[in-house]
Amino acid sequence: MGSVEEAWDWLGDGSNWSGPAGIWHRLNEHLQLTGLCLLISCAIALPLALWLGHNGGRRFGGALAINISNAGRAVPTFAVLVLLTLGPLGRHGELPTIIALVLFAVPPLLTNAYVGISTADRDVVQAARGMGMSRTQLLGRVEVPLAFPLIMTGVRTAAVQIVATATLAALPGGGGLGRIITAGFATYRTGQVVAGALLVALLALAIEGLLVLAQRLLDPTPRRATPRRRASRTTQSEPVGRRIS
Amino acid sequence: MSAVSSVSCLQANEWICGEYVRDRADELTDATVEHIVITATAIGIALVVALPLALLARRWRLAAGGILGATTVLYTVPTLAMYALLLPVFGISMSVVVCGLVLYSLTVLVRNTLEGLRAVPDEAREAARGLGYGRLRLLLTVELPLALPALMAGVRIATVSAVSLTTVGAIVGYGGLGNLIYSGMDSYFKAQVLTASVLCVVLAVASDLLLLLAQRLLTPWARAGGRRRWRRRAAVPQQDTLTKISGTV
Repeated sequence: MGSVEEAWDWLGDGSNWSGPAGIWHRLNEHLQLTGLCLLISCAIALPLALWLGHNGGRRFGGALAINISNAGRAVPTFAVLVLLTLGPLGRHGELPTIIALVLFAVPPLLTNAYVGISTADRDVVQAARGMGMSRTQLLGRVEVPLAFPLIMTGVRTAAVQIVATATLAALPGGGGLGRIITAGFATYRTGQVVAGALLVALLALAIEGLLVLAQRLLDPTPRRATPRRRASRTTQSEPVGRRIS
Repeated sequence: MSAVSSVSCLQANEWICGEYVRDRADELTDATVEHIVITATAIGIALVVALPLALLARRWRLAAGGILGATTVLYTVPTLAMYALLLPVFGISMSVVVCGLVLYSLTVLVRNTLEGLRAVPDEAREAARGLGYGRLRLLLTVELPLALPALMAGVRIATVSAVSLTTVGAIVGYGGLGNLIYSGMDSYFKAQVLTASVLCVVLAVASDLLLLLAQRLLTPWARAGGRRRWRRRAAVPQQDTLTKISGTV
């Protein structure tokens, strides 16, 4: 286990934390890229999911939302990253990385939000319509709050997916914490490789944990047992949109 | 196609190049075989590990929380980090990639097996017990066959993901087709990157369809039901095939 000690020493060395190739800078790059791509993906996927899933779901919505996730799983993220980098977009700096990250974050967001909205309790939706709610009120006050756990599951999956793919983006020359791992491989420093991997794993777990916490704190229907149980059952029986890199 | 034009597609570094596929057929075959070996070994080991874990999780509620929690945490670790973390354990070898894929596959396999076993109707269990079935015979001849569709759905998801994640193994030199993508990226060889990527997707789709076929052959009772459903829904056969191929669990 010599390389674990090496990794510990590498992490303990202050000079590895500072500078343009240091941990702080790489972490900053990773977080900025993740945040930006998560925002873009949510902006694309969530309105689409609300539109498709509203009123129990449009006929083609389910097929689209579920098949898009299944198809996405068969395409290797690494291949897409390299293809986009070698393509005409490769000249535009980080653009190919951003596009690849968004491409793989949209399916879990879309699928989970769609399933959440379209399976919102029909009785509650009917009652709300009977009270004279408009379509916007119905979405904002009934369907989205009921679908919140699943929407957040989608956001969590997408965030972890982006963190993971952003790590891979270091292979075709992108920034982020993955660069520590690839630089370690290039110079045969196993200690540095393991240290970088530890940082990446911790970052992914921390983001997952923070989003679980956010979901608990923000859930608009926390004490209603029924919709939550429904939602969690849907999550378990719906492993579409799993992380794939 | 004349010899001049096929030489120029390599020289012009085009994305689609028949010359490349012909010239490097051996290399492509070797990479594909390595890809299949890595994926199949990983899924095989994962199944052998997942079944006892699922049985353990079903028997003790406390174990269920621990096992499902641990596999979920493992699943959160990004692939590149997973392979890098396994490097000190195995050194630069194929075991790094296989072990990483096993750990990832456990999440979905344990979960699906557990759900399949839990969904076995109590009536079936009671009936078998009434016929004098022991615990092992009950498991092997009643519970596992009834849990098979859920288990196979898990195997399909795990396999398709593993085919895709194997490519990242190129970082340690054991990535199957990923090796070609990696070296093609370094040398800016477009035809190699695209050909290897397309082969990856073909491999994923083909293995999914093969597993679907295996599932249908292994569960003739479900197929009989399906055929009846087919006849009833004869008006919309396309919709039915779509949902079947997409394999929603």
